[in-house]
Amino acid sequence: MSASRVQLVAWHVFKEGARDRVLFSVVGFSVLLFGASLLLGQLTAGQDLKIIKDLGLSVIEASGVLMSVLIGVGLVAREIDKRSIYGLLARPVRRWEFIVGKYLGLLMTLVGNVAVMTIALYAVLAWMQWSSPAVVRASWEAPALDLAMLTAIVLVVAELSVLTAVALFFSTFSSSPLWSTMFSLGVFVAGQFSASLKDLAVSLGSPAAGVMGRVLAAVLPSFAAFDVKAQVVHGLPIPLEFVGMTLGYGALYTAAVMAAAIAVFARREFQ
Amino acid sequence: MTSVVRTEQLSKDFATGFWRPKPRRVLDAVSFDVPRGEVFGLLGPNGAGKTTTIKLLMDLLRPTSGRAEIFGRPVTDPDVRQRVGFVPEQPYYYDHLSADELVQYFAGLSGVPSADRARKAEAALTRTGIGADDRRRPLRQFSKGMLQRVGLAQALVHDPELIVLDEPMSGLDPIGRRDVRQLILQLRDEGRTVVFSSHILSDAEQLCSRVAILARGQVVALGKLTDLTAPSLRACEVVISGLSATGAAELRARMEAVDCRVIDIADGRYCVELAPGVRPEPVIASCAALGATLVSVSPVRASLEDVFMEATQ
Repeated sequence: MSASRVQLVAWHVFKEGARDRVLFSVVGFSVLLFGASLLLGQLTAGQDLKIIKDLGLSVIEASGVLMSVLIGVGLVAREIDKRSIYGLLARPVRRWEFIVGKYLGLLMTLVGNVAVMTIALYAVLAWMQWSSPAVVRASWEAPALDLAMLTAIVLVVAELSVLTAVALFFSTFSSSPLWSTMFSLGVFVAGQFSASLKDLAVSLGSPAAGVMGRVLAAVLPSFAAFDVKAQVVHGLPIPLEFVGMTLGYGALYTAAVMAAAIAVFARREFQ
Repeated sequence: MTSVVRTEQLSKDFATGFWRPKPRRVLDAVSFDVPRGEVFGLLGPNGAGKTTTIKLLMDLLRPTSGRAEIFGRPVTDPDVRQRVGFVPEQPYYYDHLSADELVQYFAGLSGVPSADRARKAEAALTRTGIGADDRRRPLRQFSKGMLQRVGLAQALVHDPELIVLDEPMSGLDPIGRRDVRQLILQLRDEGRTVVFSSHILSDAEQLCSRVAILARGQVVALGKLTDLTAPSLRACEVVISGLSATGAAELRARMEAVDCRVIDIADGRYCVELAPGVRPEPVIASCAALGATLVSVSPVRASLEDVFMEATQ
């Protein structure tokens, strides 16, 4: 019964996303950017494939981050603001089912959008493969239709799953979507540099700053760990063990943030 | 017999103030119970605590003290809500869904098997007056009254035994109000229990078997409508006819002496309004002696409005 209710809430979120014109615009704009990268590649002799891959993966990540935060912070807050949550929680729906359903629904939406953008990127790369002479193809560090790009995309999805949980967490207690957006983006940016925070003590020479740096590094998600774009673009190997560890880290971090979101939401009252 | 709804000393404080929040009591030791098959009205002026009581019943708010039960189980048990339909005040539903999609969605959340959802949603929408043409339109195109009807449909789609309605007549035109009244009576006739809040007393008078009147977060009157209004028998009205002008002047003089009024209706018909405590028999005898014919004697009871005004002031 629980699985069915979670599934219904998730499907509802996905349906809402699928009818959202803003999402269509973001995906459409990203696909257009892939097309534009073809032109950009022609301006940089010999680097065209790397630029297309790098730009493509970056656009997929950036648009995913944008969607994850902008939709994630409103997932619960908007239901409370518009009071649609009254009718929903008056059903035999557990609050954790509501939160998990919302999360999975947004994740489904993100995966769907990332899949569309990935197909578009591979289409552009297939055009490159088909239109480039054999001599040019031989100079590439990695093939145009390199399947290793899928590893990078899987890690982007894992990164988005963590960020979505963070945005949803803020959404469970903050009544201001603006603050939730700023906090979520703040966590994302800080999470890119979380490894550097450990070195704060050394650079500042302050033990207090060092403790704070270590605490922040431990608490903030290490988003940099999910970034393998450079390796993929240059055709460098990505060890399977590393991928497994990173996915495991992402799953654990997501579970912890979701547990916190559920705990906060379970205590929440709706005046 | 187990009550369908029961509250015991239910109280709720809200914190006010940012830096040093202080509790503000909005509901104070509210106790009532609603037996099966009853239409129960929660009445009171704005800010009396009606919506707070309903939100506590729906577990949208948590009590500061006291307890609330539905079907003998604490309201915190989500399974209890399998048997409850709820329409919040001025409901808002998802703009991007059609009425049909919304009702099916809520049917699913209430445990209606997927094979039955479309049929039950159609039945509920038909029952609440949403036509086939409107069912597939997005809810963003619906008027307030139509949204209220969709709200009722989503509350009924899973055949609940208890229906809780927060200000169900709010924002409805006279036809909409009549339809909702009829629906509530139909639900009662089907053996369902209905709890609704309202500040429209005429609706409560027409629908409720019992009411609780709330004021400043407290129950100030509770009971059957007949019990609440019966003790306050105000007076009697005696209507007579065939009285001459001289007879009317004589009657008026006699009645004024005992603080009663004589009102000229038309063509020799008069209404004698007796003051509280004045018995009608000697008045009827006086009228007969003056040559008048008795048309009617009617007791004047306090209306719910009188009870409401006395209780809430």
